[in-house]
Amino acid sequence: MDNLIALLIAAPLLGAAVLLCGGRRLDGIGHWLGTLLAGASFVLGAVLFVDMLDRSAGHRTVTKHLFSWVPVEGFQADVGFQLDQLSMTFVLLITGVGTLIHIYSIGYMEHDENRRRFFGYLNLFLAAMLLLVLADNYLLLYVGWEGVGLASYLLIGFWQHKPSAATAAKKAFLVNRVGDMGLSIAIMVMFTTFGSFTFPAVLGGADGASSGRNTAIGLMLLLAACGKSAQVPLQSWLGDAMEGPTPVSALIHAATMVTAGVYLITRSGAVFNAVPDVQTVVVIVGGVTLLFGAIVGCAKDDIKKALAGSTMSQIGYMILATGLGPIGYAFAIMHLVTHGFFKAGLFLGAGSVMHGMNDEVDMRKYGGLRKYMPVTFVTFGLGYLAIIGFPGLSGFFSKDKIIEAAFAKGGTEGWILGAVTLLGAAITAYYMTRVMILTFFGEERWKHAKTPSPDQPSVEPAAETHGAHDEPHPHESPKSMTIPMIVLAFGSVFAGGIFGIGDRFVKWLEPITSFSHGDSPVGQWTVTAATIVCLLVGVGLAIAQYGRGPVPVVAPRGSLLTRAARRDLLQDDFNHVVLVRGGEHLTRSLVYLDHSLVDGVVNGTAASVGGLSGRLRKLQNGFARSYAVSMFGGAVVIIAATLLMRAV
Amino acid sequence: MSSSAVHSLWTTAAEGKLDKIPAPHIEYAQLAPTLIVVGAAIVGILVEAFVPRRSRYYVQVFLSVVALAAAFAAVVGLAAGGYGTTKAHIAAMGAIAVDGPALFLQGTILLASIVAVFTFAERRLDPVAHGNKVDSFAAQAASVPGSDSEKAAVKAGFTTTEVFPLALFAISGMLVFPSANDLLTLFVALEVFSLPLYLLCALARRKRLMSQEAAVKYFLLGAFSSAFLLFGIALLYGYAGSVSYATIADVVSGSVQNVNPALAGTMGNDALLLIGGAMILMGLLFKVGAVPFHMWTPDVYQGAPTPVTGFMAAATKVAAFGALLRLLYVVLPGMSWDWRPVMWGVAIITMLGGAVVAITQTDIKRLLAYSSIAHAGFILAGVIATNADGISSVLFYLGAYSFVTIGAFAVVTLVRDAGGEATHLSKWAGLGRRSPLVAAVFAVFLLAFAGIPLTSGFSGKFAVFKAAAEGGAGALVVVGVVSSAVAAFFYIRVIVLMFFSEPKADGPTVAVPSPLTMTAIGVGVAVTLVLGVAPQYFLDLAHSAGVFVR
Repeated sequence: MDNLIALLIAAPLLGAAVLLCGGRRLDGIGHWLGTLLAGASFVLGAVLFVDMLDRSAGHRTVTKHLFSWVPVEGFQADVGFQLDQLSMTFVLLITGVGTLIHIYSIGYMEHDENRRRFFGYLNLFLAAMLLLVLADNYLLLYVGWEGVGLASYLLIGFWQHKPSAATAAKKAFLVNRVGDMGLSIAIMVMFTTFGSFTFPAVLGGADGASSGRNTAIGLMLLLAACGKSAQVPLQSWLGDAMEGPTPVSALIHAATMVTAGVYLITRSGAVFNAVPDVQTVVVIVGGVTLLFGAIVGCAKDDIKKALAGSTMSQIGYMILATGLGPIGYAFAIMHLVTHGFFKAGLFLGAGSVMHGMNDEVDMRKYGGLRKYMPVTFVTFGLGYLAIIGFPGLSGFFSKDKIIEAAFAKGGTEGWILGAVTLLGAAITAYYMTRVMILTFFGEERWKHAKTPSPDQPSVEPAAETHGAHDEPHPHESPKSMTIPMIVLAFGSVFAGGIFGIGDRFVKWLEPITSFSHGDSPVGQWTVTAATIVCLLVGVGLAIAQYGRGPVPVVAPRGSLLTRAARRDLLQDDFNHVVLVRGGEHLTRSLVYLDHSLVDGVVNGTAASVGGLSGRLRKLQNGFARSYAVSMFGGAVVIIAATLLMRAV
Repeated sequence: MSSSAVHSLWTTAAEGKLDKIPAPHIEYAQLAPTLIVVGAAIVGILVEAFVPRRSRYYVQVFLSVVALAAAFAAVVGLAAGGYGTTKAHIAAMGAIAVDGPALFLQGTILLASIVAVFTFAERRLDPVAHGNKVDSFAAQAASVPGSDSEKAAVKAGFTTTEVFPLALFAISGMLVFPSANDLLTLFVALEVFSLPLYLLCALARRKRLMSQEAAVKYFLLGAFSSAFLLFGIALLYGYAGSVSYATIADVVSGSVQNVNPALAGTMGNDALLLIGGAMILMGLLFKVGAVPFHMWTPDVYQGAPTPVTGFMAAATKVAAFGALLRLLYVVLPGMSWDWRPVMWGVAIITMLGGAVVAITQTDIKRLLAYSSIAHAGFILAGVIATNADGISSVLFYLGAYSFVTIGAFAVVTLVRDAGGEATHLSKWAGLGRRSPLVAAVFAVFLLAFAGIPLTSGFSGKFAVFKAAAEGGAGALVVVGVVSSAVAAFFYIRVIVLMFFSEPKADGPTVAVPSPLTMTAIGVGVAVTLVLGVAPQYFLDLAHSAGVFVR
């Protein structure tokens, strides 16, 4: 049975290899092959899941040593896998959502001539992500980590003919590099501390290691998580990453890859548990990002960027939960899974809307679409209810638990965290309601969106043409797109209940992450009530602002905060001023130093050697008598030196 | 020396009863490599006397190649018979050592010589003169340059086929030189290989005056250094009472005293040992071209016919370093504290001097001459290591270096203009565009000289520097690396010149050689790359051969 683990990764890897190397002749079947292999991987995952359920809770971890990777004395790196409850959760999420998005992409990318390549990249991503969560040591995990980064880069820049996409891909790659550096440093410190980087060695030894070492490892792992999961201060790439095709945003930049940071911290729980100070940093990062993303989400008019802000914010919840330690790990993962469902569903819904609206992303040019896209409306609506935490739906169970856990941290800290998470819930409700209203309700603003142009005097739209200036004809998307949305909507509705009721999910993960209740100063029902109140406040505010009057097609100037939020709270400006300018200054001064000092020394040395050479050359004057004198002098010196050596 | 001692020196021989001189016991089989080459040389002289002029060239080339190949086969046979390791011993009444280093170096000299003889035999590069194919050597060595008799000789189609027996004599001396086990044999071998080389240097077909000047300089300075060597031998005899390496070594280490009662007055006098040893060293350093005994090198390398230069640069260096190694490791290990500091100094100024002066050279042959001086310095660094790795790394370096050198000089013979070889560097500009293959081959040799990885130059340099560092000569390695960096400049400069400069309008042409030179160059490239990419077998071979017999 454990041989299936390798197959799980091999299937999409094979797909990637075949699709990327196969060339144009596979164009006709490429998308089917890619989807089939993703599905095969999901089936394998399901089989392994059933097999795992057959065993008792303590015996569910399976390891599989595949081969020795770097068999050097004193440095043993193996390719091996570890399938336990935590990685199983991810496997099912990745392959499940992944397969659905493969299916969705068949329709979404139908008119793209590079669809085969797209599916190749998607398969590559699946393989890398599975490697990341299945690796039984940090070095192999790093391979997967870099692999998903590569796939993400390739997919964000998939439409590289657009300069914005190419730039966004580069930005994501560069920002992620900072985080990757953190992971590699963490692995190096692990190796010097524990002499190994397998999970048992590192996690088992964390208690015995010095707190300095643990702090270093923990902070570096957090840096890695910040990069991959778009947490402050490495969050700036996620908004731009929306330049990629929407299925990519759904799969990689909402459901799976961006949650890798949560996985990393949860997996390394033992290290973080050993250094509470680092946990505090984790909590701060999560809390800040939670509010940061939510505020950005409120101001964006681009539907995908609004959702991206939301993703950032929701992952902030998860990171915050992981920072709480054993109180929070299970809930972080639970929210991760439910978020995977509803956020993927929301993105697919957004993609469906764009598909019907000539790839328009500005929500101010939507409006009243519920009549034209009923399936999209219903599934998106369910996702919306789930994310704001409407009682009974997925988000309610998972987010509510995180808020409870935040209070359970205890002390002042607990109160602050509780307040932040509640505030976040209110803002979430606000911006998601805004998205909902702008897109599906109200006036059909797209009818007026067409700018009259002298070239096209006729108001009559040219039938069936899809030009940028044509008035859109909103329509429902094909079945290949709606079915995955429907399936995900089911997940958005029921997953939370299935996981949450009776603490099923917590018990499932407990052997891996351990669990403690903490001591909450407020009762469970009080928290729930407070959450619902916050929710209602948020929804109410949004309705008051956008639901009652007409929405201007061109965004109003807005308050200072709004304008800052539209610019992603000035993150790029900050990066530009501090990092880019600073880097340029550093480079320039180094170049100056190189030219003046280094080149000066080098050229000076060369010139003096050349001059010396010219002078010495004159000794070679062509007269045998001079040569003989030189030899004689040499002989005298040698003899004298020899005698001197003896005398000394 | 007291007067009574002098008296006894004069009278002992006369008063003592003379025994019958015993017939020396000679192990002919073990001396076969040398004997084959000497025999072929003598036959070659007879060929000159009795074979018609038209056939001489072919007979001489055939004879030389066969003799050298047979001698090499004999070396291989001896090595396979264990004479390099377990059966290593002193043959010919203590005159000749048959051991690993000797056999390794003899094999190297013979292989390099075969390749060199190929370049000697090249007759396609110079244009046909009066219907006769000509080689690089003067039509008639005795004719005055520019005279009528020279013209007549050219017109008659004379060629100096004596170069082949001369080369064979030189080779026989070189074979004995590293295996000589007493000082007199050493001196005889030195003269046996030097005298033919003086002659060969004078035999260039073009630029004959320069060639003759080079030969005279070489002869004068060579004689000067031989005198030093001989005087050093006399002083060492005075110190030890013997010319045998083993005996001298024993006296130096103090385990034997009073070898020769007749010399009781001088024996054990350290001044004699130190001065004599230094003078012998000097004689050998002259042959390897170490600073400050190097000044003949550029002039002679430039003036000599290029095939001879290649032969000399490769084979002489191998033989001379072989003798130097044996002297320092067998005769004088007991006084290594005395000679090591001096050799340190010589190595440092040789490495730096060769590399620095080469920078401003404008003639490719002089450039290679200075390069060979710098390389002598690198090899000296390995010699100074005074450990087992020192011997084996020097052996390896010599093997690697000799093939690069012959190949490089063979390429030089190809680039020609109306006046013969176009050796001025400015004429090489843009060669890579006109003849990419020749330029690429030359670039390979230059990279090997510079010690760039994947060439034999790197393997060799790495081996000697490693040995030197392990032998406690870390500072020497630093100087060596710095000199390598300086040297890399002028090697790369030639590559840049060949590939990145515009060709000159009146630039030289690249002659298409016969298969002989092609073989020489091909062997050079092959050895360079094989020893660069997979040197381990040869390093092991050198290592297993790296033990001197005493």
